[in-house]
Parts: sequence; C-alpha cells; structure tokens
Amino acid sequence: MASTAPLCAHVRPGFNPSLGPAGMTGVPALTLFEKIWDAHLVRRLDDGRDLIFVDRHVLQETTSAVAFENLKRAGRGVRRPELTLATQDHIVSTAPGRDEATNPGGRELLALMRANAYRHRIRHFGVDDPRQGIVHVIAPELGLAQPGCVLACGDSHTSTVGGLGALGIGVGTSEVEHVLATQTLALSRPKPIRVRFQGRIPPGLVAKDLILRAIGALGVAGGRGSAVEYAGSAVEALPVEGRLTLCNMSIELGARLGFVAPDEKTFDYLRGREFAPRGPAFDAAMAAWRSLHSDPGAAFVRDVAIECDRLAPQVTWGTTPEDVAGVDDRIPDPASYGDAGRREAAAKALRYMELAPGVPLEGLPIDIAFIGSCTNGRLSDLQAAAAVVRGRKVAPRVRALVVPGSMAVKREAEALGLHEIFRDAGFEWRDAGCSMCVSINEDVAPPGSRCIATSNRNFENRQGPGSRTHLASPATVAAAALAGRIVDIRKEARA
Amino acid sequence: MRRPVSTVVGTLAAMPAPNINTDQIIPSAWLRTATADLGNGLFGSQRYDEAGSERPDFILNQPGWRNARILLAGENFGCGSSREAAVWALVQFGVGCVLAPSFADIFYENAFRNGLVAGVIDADAFEDLRRAAAAGPASYAVDLASGTITGPDGTRWAVSVPASRARALMRGDDEIAITLAMQPEIDAHFDRSRAATPWLFPESLMERPSR
Ligand code: SF4
Repeated sequence: MASTAPLCAHVRPGFNPSLGPAGMTGVPALTLFEKIWDAHLVRRLDDGRDLIFVDRHVLQETTSAVAFENLKRAGRGVRRPELTLATQDHIVSTAPGRDEATNPGGRELLALMRANAYRHRIRHFGVDDPRQGIVHVIAPELGLAQPGCVLACGDSHTSTVGGLGALGIGVGTSEVEHVLATQTLALSRPKPIRVRFQGRIPPGLVAKDLILRAIGALGVAGGRGSAVEYAGSAVEALPVEGRLTLCNMSIELGARLGFVAPDEKTFDYLRGREFAPRGPAFDAAMAAWRSLHSDPGAAFVRDVAIECDRLAPQVTWGTTPEDVAGVDDRIPDPASYGDAGRREAAAKALRYMELAPGVPLEGLPIDIAFIGSCTNGRLSDLQAAAAVVRGRKVAPRVRALVVPGSMAVKREAEALGLHEIFRDAGFEWRDAGCSMCVSINEDVAPPGSRCIATSNRNFENRQGPGSRTHLASPATVAAAALAGRIVDIRKEARA
Repeated sequence: MRRPVSTVVGTLAAMPAPNINTDQIIPSAWLRTATADLGNGLFGSQRYDEAGSERPDFILNQPGWRNARILLAGENFGCGSSREAAVWALVQFGVGCVLAPSFADIFYENAFRNGLVAGVIDADAFEDLRRAAAAGPASYAVDLASGTITGPDGTRWAVSVPASRARALMRGDDEIAITLAMQPEIDAHFDRSRAATPWLFPESLMERPSR
C-alpha cells in the first residue's frame, strides 16, 4: 500500500506447544486460553472435539427463535435457565420511547423472544426493562461476564466479553439450541495466538484504531481457528471499555475468541455490578482471577507484534474490514496486490464504494455518521465523540445519529449532559439497539449513501441496499459528521 | 435424527471469490421473520436488482446453473456474521455441498449441523474445478465415503471432510441427543465447578426470575 506508515506486523514462528518451557519448576507453562478452556472441559469427544461447559448463555431475538422452535419440536427443555439471559437488541426500534410495536417489522421476532423467555423462565431484559441493550454491551455492564468464565451467545461478536478475561464464544442457531438443551458446546479446540500491541497509543487514538490496524495487517482470515490473546503495553494501558472494543472485532480477524488477561482495572470495573460476586466472594474471586494470565514462556502458535507509536487514525475504504488504511493514506491501487484474488476483490470493492485508487481518504464527503454498536456504543465512546462535538454543528445535509449500546449507557450519558451536546449539534439521540450496524430495523442508510460508522462491518449492503460504509473510531466519526467529510482528528486537535 | 447424507450429485456452480460473507449469502432483508423463504433470498443482493428482478448476469440466474447442487467458493467462505440462515438458505435453495479451500469457523460448524457438506479442497483442485465449471454447467458427484468429487468425464479430486464429521453426516446424527446422553457427566462438572469457583454462580444469578 502506498503509505508512509512503518510496516507494523512481524510474525514470529511459535514454540512447540507440547513441550512447554517449564524451566526449573517442571510445571507446564500455560496460556490464558488453555487455563480457562481446560477448566471448562467436560470431556474430549470421540471425534476429537471438546465438550465445553457454558457458564452463561445470552440470547437475542434474531438467532434464538428457530432454536426454541426446534427444541419444542424435539420435546426438549432448557437445561439451566438460571444461567441464561435474554434481551432484544437487533430488530428493536431505536426511536426514543419505543416499545415492541414501534418497528412493525420486528414484532414477530420480539414477541417470540419474550414468549420463549417467559415459557422457560429465562430472565428477559427486553425493551420494557431499564437493563435492555446490545448483548455484548449488557453482558459486561451487568457483571454477567467475568474473568475466567465461558459465555456463549448466538452472535459472532460475543468475543467482546474477552475484554474482561472471559471466553466469549459466538455461535450459530443450532449451537444456541445445543446450549439451551445441554448447557455445553462441542467445539474444536482453537489454537492460541497472540497479538501484542507495543509502544504507546498516540493522543486521540483508541482501541478501535488498534484493532482495525491489526485486521489490516493480519487479514480477515488471519485468526481463523484461533483464540487470540491481546497483550502488550498498549493493551495494558487501555481502559476496560477499550479492551471490550478490541476483543469485539476478533471475528473480523476470523477468530471466534479474543481476550485480554484481567487486571486491577478489570476487578474495579466489575465490583458492585448486578451479577458480579459480592463481599467476601468477590475477594475470593479476585484472588483466583489474578492467576488468569499466560505463564511466562507459554507457547503460542503465532505471535504478532503491532507497533502503535506512529499509528494514524484508521478508516476503512473497501468492503471488508481488512480494507483499511491510515486516514492520511490514499486509496490503494488494486494492481499493487500480489495475490490475484485480493486484486479482484479490491477492484470490486472500489467499484462498489465508488472510489478511485490514489484518492486521499481525508476529504471524502459523507452523508451519514453513525455512532453506536457493540463495538463503540459504550459510555467512553460517547464521551470521546462528545468531546469532539461540543459547541459545534453537524454539517448541512449530513444525517448524524448516536445510538447508545444500552439503556444504562444512555442514562449515564444523560447524567453527564452528553445528550445535550449531541442534540445541540444536530445529532439524533436514540434508544439502545443495534440500529444502523446491521439495519434490520428502520435505521437504514439509503442506496448510494456514504456512511462513516463506529460499527464493525463494512460489507456491501450492510447498512442498507447499496449503502457504503467506512469504519472508524468514535472521535473520527464525530469529526466527520461536523465537517461533512472524512478528516484527520490529529489536525483538528492542533488547529 | 437428521436425514443421512452420503452423496451430493448435481450441477457445480463456481463463485470463486475469497471471503464471501454470510451477509452476502443471506442479506438481512430476509432475516426479519422466522418464516422467510430463505432459498429465495440466497445471495439476494447479487441475485436481484433494486426492483426485485433477477440480474441475468448472476451465475445462479443463468440457464443450467439455476438448480446448482454443489457450490465452488474461494477461501474463507462464510466469514462474518454467525447467522445460520446462511446455511439454511443454501440448503433450501438446494445446495448440498460447498467446496472451498477454507471455511470460516462458525459457518463450518453451522453447515454440518444442517447436513450441508463443507468440503475442503486443495489449490490445484480449486483451479481445475473453477476452470471446468466456467466451461459450462455439468453434473458432478461428491462422495463422503471416499472423500472425492467426480467430474462428468470421470476425473476425481480429493474432498477433505474430517472422518468423524463424514460419519456423523452419513449416520444422520442428532448431536443434541448424543450430548444429552452425557448429562450425568455434565452435571458432575457443574457441581465441581460450583464448589471450586462459587463466585461464578452468585445468588443473584442462581435465583430464577419469578413470573
Ligand atoms: S451491534 Fe452490530 S455487530 Fe453488534 S451485535 Fe448488534 S448487529 Fe451484531
């Protein structure tokens, strides 16, 4: 890629995992992944897969309806409803004050979620509950996810909870049914790999820039079959919410699992949350959580370093998350790719995005700015955006919307007055849900529109038929909303 | 018990691009109800134009390929969203087997649970089959027992499906029934885990909600 950025990734071949550099002690050195996985291993199955106990199961309306239907047809029940929690997030309306009927197209699936939860006595935090929100936002927020637990959810971004040192496993509907019936999953054991973010994160940049950079470096299949541990000085420096963002996009690396070793910040984050342990139980938990890290010398099949010191704000230009560059870069020429498949795909992406090679990313006009999603719909994301927006106005003809990741985030933001900053600037201030990340409710980007978004997928038609998506951090999206075009937030800060 | 699958015979269609994601396989427009016609929605954004008419240049709209049973795809097929509707859409359309150099993890799991054969092929087989498919529609046969695909002229290529998965497909295993037979072991695991790490199961969680 035509770029001044230093080459950031280098790959170090792994050690032999079977040996374990036990050193003097004779105790095998284990990765964090192995510690958690092995503690949940019920048995190794005849076909080589592992049967893993699931501590927490989170349900949402779009991937559970058929699972419940099949369960009923087979005459099976829910094995451990107390370990199960349901919400409504994907297809809900985000209009302020909405209810289940506000989005007519969502009524069927929302009603099924509520009815299925009621029937099986599963906790249901639907749109009528103050705890409603996107599955991956509420699972950490409620303390449902905690270090060392295995949490399954019928959604590919379940790895988000890895930011707390949990194993979040995204599953399909048949697997949802399997967990409902048995509280386990039969899984092939993934290979532990590590991505180390080294150095310091430049001012104004956030976890979103880090993970987009990693996806650009490793590709959307780079983590296939893997469990990714994020480590390094930059990750240690990240607040918990940033780690959730980092782990969220593991699936964009092709990995089902991504996590960060828990530390004092994690413990502070969890203390007092609804499903976190309390009192002496919390202290006992903390003592155990402190051992949840990869041992020195533990073996990874791949160990990748990403240098952060000179990282630029990242923005995608194409139709997969690996089509990403620094905001100060130019759109690459597909001809510059060695691989024929990649060349073709990039050319097709540019046609879809209506972009030409060599054009700078900075300055591209945008029609819509979307702040929200399970990637960047938390309080700190809204704070970062509000800091950019304060006292300014959204550019004419730009539709700008903020959709908090949960109703709790919305309340916290309002307590800080953020809603007024956004509204005064011309942003819509909506209720919690997936919204324009997946656009299966009424929040749809029109054909041909160009949207800059804090979400995680820039696929063709993702935000609506014919819509075009650029992924970026909350600050970059907010700045673009004001300018009406993609801007480099570092220059804004200097100006 | 699911319907056993041991062979898939029919037209081979090639969509050889890498990283075909599940949003492409079944666009979200078909995910708004529990009863949508997913076979009709397969590759919906590519298959139909804005007015809902078929785009004649799309492979599955072309004569000879409209009833494809075997799909040849590029690397990392099925990446992105976990939506199992991607597999259901392929199955409901009539596709019984997808061949690709590699598959995304969640799609791969979803496929076998629905009797869809996800067969891995090597780079040479991919190139050969791609060329053969481009020459025109023809019938191929995938056989799980021998782990092969056979072309109209008798040429064979290896199709890799792990032996345990192939057996499960050929028997039509119900995976949940198999796991349920291990329930005592699972319960014992839970009891041990609750004793060793009680904080994982705090009272606030273990109390079931009242109606
Ligand atoms: S916000 Fe987007 S990526 Fe996250 S769970 Fe919702 S639809 Fe999926």
